Order: sequence, then C-alpha cells, then structure tokens
Amino acid sequence: MKLTILNNIKLNERGITMAGLKSLKELAVGSSAIVKNVSADGIKQRRLLDLGLVPGTRVEAVGRSPLGDPIAYSIRGAVIALRKEESTTIMVETVN
Amino acid sequence: MSSSTSLQSLIREARNITGSKQNEIRDSIVNTIYQEAGNIAAETVTNEKNKVDWDRKIDQIITSRIWGFPIMFGVLTLILWLTITGANYPSALLANGLFWIEDQLTNIFISMNAPSWLHGFMILGVYRSLAWVVSVMLPPMAIFFPLFTLLEDLGYLPRIAFNLDRFFKSAGAHGKQALTMSMGFGCNAAGIIACRIIESPRERLIAALTNNFVPCNGRFPTLIALATIFMGGMVVSFSSAVATLSVAGLVVLGIAITLAVSFLLSKTLLKGIPSSFTLELPPYRKPQVGQVIVRSVLDRTIFVLSRAMIIAAPAGGIVWVLANTMIGDTSVLATIAGWLDPFAKQMGLDGFILMAFICGLPANEIVFPILIMSYVSGGAMIELDSMEALRQLLVDQHGWTWLTALCTMLFTLCHWPCGTTLYTMQREQQSWYWTVLAAVIPTAVGIILCIVVNHLVRGLGLV
Repeated sequence: MKLTILNNIKLNERGITMAGLKSLKELAVGSSAIVKNVSADGIKQRRLLDLGLVPGTRVEAVGRSPLGDPIAYSIRGAVIALRKEESTTIMVETVN
Repeated sequence: MSSSTSLQSLIREARNITGSKQNEIRDSIVNTIYQEAGNIAAETVTNEKNKVDWDRKIDQIITSRIWGFPIMFGVLTLILWLTITGANYPSALLANGLFWIEDQLTNIFISMNAPSWLHGFMILGVYRSLAWVVSVMLPPMAIFFPLFTLLEDLGYLPRIAFNLDRFFKSAGAHGKQALTMSMGFGCNAAGIIACRIIESPRERLIAALTNNFVPCNGRFPTLIALATIFMGGMVVSFSSAVATLSVAGLVVLGIAITLAVSFLLSKTLLKGIPSSFTLELPPYRKPQVGQVIVRSVLDRTIFVLSRAMIIAAPAGGIVWVLANTMIGDTSVLATIAGWLDPFAKQMGLDGFILMAFICGLPANEIVFPILIMSYVSGGAMIELDSMEALRQLLVDQHGWTWLTALCTMLFTLCHWPCGTTLYTMQREQQSWYWTVLAAVIPTAVGIILCIVVNHLVRGLGLV
C-alpha cells in the first residue's frame, strides 16, 4: 500500500497522471490499465478472479453498450462485458 | 468413524487455522495460477502484430449507441422477411402436392368400399391435419432455422445480450436472459432448459417464467399466415413488407412484455437484487455454412416437425370425431365452441378460435390447423391450397376482421405454453407451483391484452 502511494506521488510529480488509482468503471474507452486490487464480496470476487482479473493484469476498455452499461473489456485476450456493479469494485492504475 | 466426517472435521480445523485469512489465501492461489499460466503463454504463444482487429471494428458498429438497436431490429426484420417471402411459394407447392395425395387416398378408400367414418377419421381428420402441419410449417422452418443458426454461428447473439443487458438489469433480471429468449424463438422448451446458463436461481426462474413471451417456431407460422392475410392485405403493393413489420412489431411487443413481467416478478414473488453479470463476447467466426444447414435441418427442423406431426395426427382424428358427432343437430365441437363464444367475443375472438387454442395445448403448431378443420368440417369442403382461399374462409364465411386477426395474434403471443414446455418447466424446477405460474402468467396477460385491445378498437369505432 505504501508503495502505491509513493508511486502516485512520483507520478504526480512527473505530471503524467493525477491520482493513479481509479475504478475500472471510470477507465475511458480505448485506454488501458493495470489491475491493482479487486474488492467484491464472496462469489462475485471469485468470479472476477476466475476471469483473470488478478492484480497485475492489463485491462483495456473496448466499448460501451448502447445504453452505456455494461462495458466490454479486453482481458488476457478475451472480451468480457462487466456491469458497473462489478467494474466499480476493481481498482486499476492507468497506463499510457 | 466414516471418512466423510473425518474429512469434514479436517476442513473445519483448516478453517480455524486460516481464519480471516481464507480469502487472501484463495486470492494468492488464483494469482499464482494466473502468473504461472501467463509465463507459459508468454514463452509459447506469439501474437501477430499490427493485424487489423476486425472484431473490434465490427463491435464498434454493432454495439454503438446509434446503430446498436436499429441493427438488431433490422436483422430480426430481415430474417422474418426472408422467411415470409421465401416460404410462400414452396408452401403452396407442398399443399398442392399433399392435397393431390389426399384425393388419391380418397379414391382408394372409395374403391375399397371403406365406410365413410373410416375415410373421415383417417383422411379428413388424421391425414389432412398432417398435411396442414407439414405444408404450413416445413417451409418457414427450413428457412428460419438455418438463418438463425447462422446468426448463432457468427457470434451475434452475445452482442444482443450485451446491447439489451441494461434493460434486463432495470427489470431485476439477468443479461443472459436475452440468450435464453433467443433460444425460445426456436422452441420455448429449449429456452427453459437454456436458463441453466443463469447461475442465480432467482433470475433463472424469472427467465424461465417469461420465456413463453417469445413466439416459438410452433407459433410463428400462425403469426406469419395471419399477418400475410390481414396486415399485408391492407396494403397490397407492400404486402410482404407490411406482414414482416407486423410480426417484427409483435416480437418487440413480446420483449417489452417480458421486461415488464420480469420487473413485476422481481418486485413481488421473486424479490431480490440483480446478481453478478459477466458475459464473454467471443470472437466472430466465419460460419460453416454446410454444417449450419445440416445441423439446423436435422437437429431442429426435423425434430420440431416430427414432434408436431406425432401430436397433430391423433389430434386431427379427435377433432374430426368431435366435429362429426352430433348432439341434436349441432356437432359436439360447435356446442363447445358455443359455450366458449361469449367469453371469446370479449377478447375479440370467437368460440372456435379459443377452442383451437385449448385443443392446441399439446403443441402450438396445431392451433391453426385445428381452427381451420373445425371451420371447414361439416361445412362446405374447400381446397385450402392458397392464402387467398384461407382469407375467404376466415373473412367471408366466418366474419373475421383485422381486429379478429390482431387479437388472435396477440393471444398466440401470450397464452399458456405447450405441454412439452410445461413438462420441461416441471422437470427443471421440480415444482408444481412454478409450473402452474408459467401457464397462468402468460394466459392472464393475453386475456387482459385481448380484452383491452378489443374494447379499445371497438370503442374508437375503428372496426
């Protein structure tokens, strides 16, 4: 955790990004991020992990459905759609 | 001490030791597995760089804010239009051929001096209803099923679920319900079995209870025939286009009813919040056309058709007997229809139509054939080899209006599921309560819908 905060400060100093951590839901379509932590409860948590959403995984937001939710993400070569109830539990760090 | 209890005590002990760290341990196990898998993949798999990602480009259009829904409606309309226009000619050809065989069979019966009741039962009852089922159902199925299987094969169906998920979430239901509904287009019993893909029991039940609001293949021919005769007949120059649009509109209405009923269920009998939803959008595949045709013809067309024939044969015989057994000077069939008539009139139908629906409980495919048989039996025998002849029978001889057709179509969309579907529901849910509800809910919706539409249209003086 300390390390993450340190990282954030460093990034801020370099002016690349504001607070490095945000939820997957806020990831803009077309940009990528690294999963930092998944904090859903019980079965949901296990389902997300089973999809390969473990810390360190690179995720790209691929597209929104016509009504904005769910959003499709490219995860380890597969395209998976997640509702915002799931994507808000996943914290990610944007990469350029 | 049995081994299972010792295992359980071991598990309990392990839980005590790990305590609150359980989740962390699981997370780190999954993490390690994925890391290891990632390493192996990085060593062995090479990705082609700079390749155009067609899947993504297609998805950007198919699931876009502007084009997502129009494309879905367009695909539905296109499939229905191809089915309606394509089925017309072979249907007439089949009917001609099968009724020619009927004449030959009649000649054989006459030459053998067979009693007229035997000829009536076997030819006018059993054979004729079989001929109807085959000529009305086979051509649309032989076109509709391969087209639908083609869509499945392409990978379009998960995109439909993706587009519609927001609606299902608002209704308290699961996004995969869109997939089980797509299966329902083929067969509602198959649709109910497909509900197994929904993990949450609550949402699975909602999907199963509302699956019937998607018109199955057994009901499509009725909808298509009525739309062609009545809706298409109103605008002659674009008849097949108008017929197509009215069936497509009815399908959309069915989806709207599905969402409304799902919403009511999740607010009353099946309270709860939507469970987790993850849906894979698999890569598009080039469909294997040969396999698609073989699979859809053998697995679906032949299967559904033979099921319909097995049920239609005895049903046709029984209806003929009912139509030709007299109480006083009216037949049993007409007597029962007379009893149903007052109620059916409220729904914009007539006693014969409602009775045909009731007799069609074993299989929806035979509703329309039974209706035609009960209209023609005893009366003047006409060759029903074309849509025009059918129009004359319904309009000129039995006083149908477009409102009658509309109410019949609405009740076709919303009434009890066929026997097979109910049996499947009972087997899947192991509960008579839900099975009865699966019949009561759509029937109640259908009755209310028909009564409202009938009185509204009459009240406004549109008929």
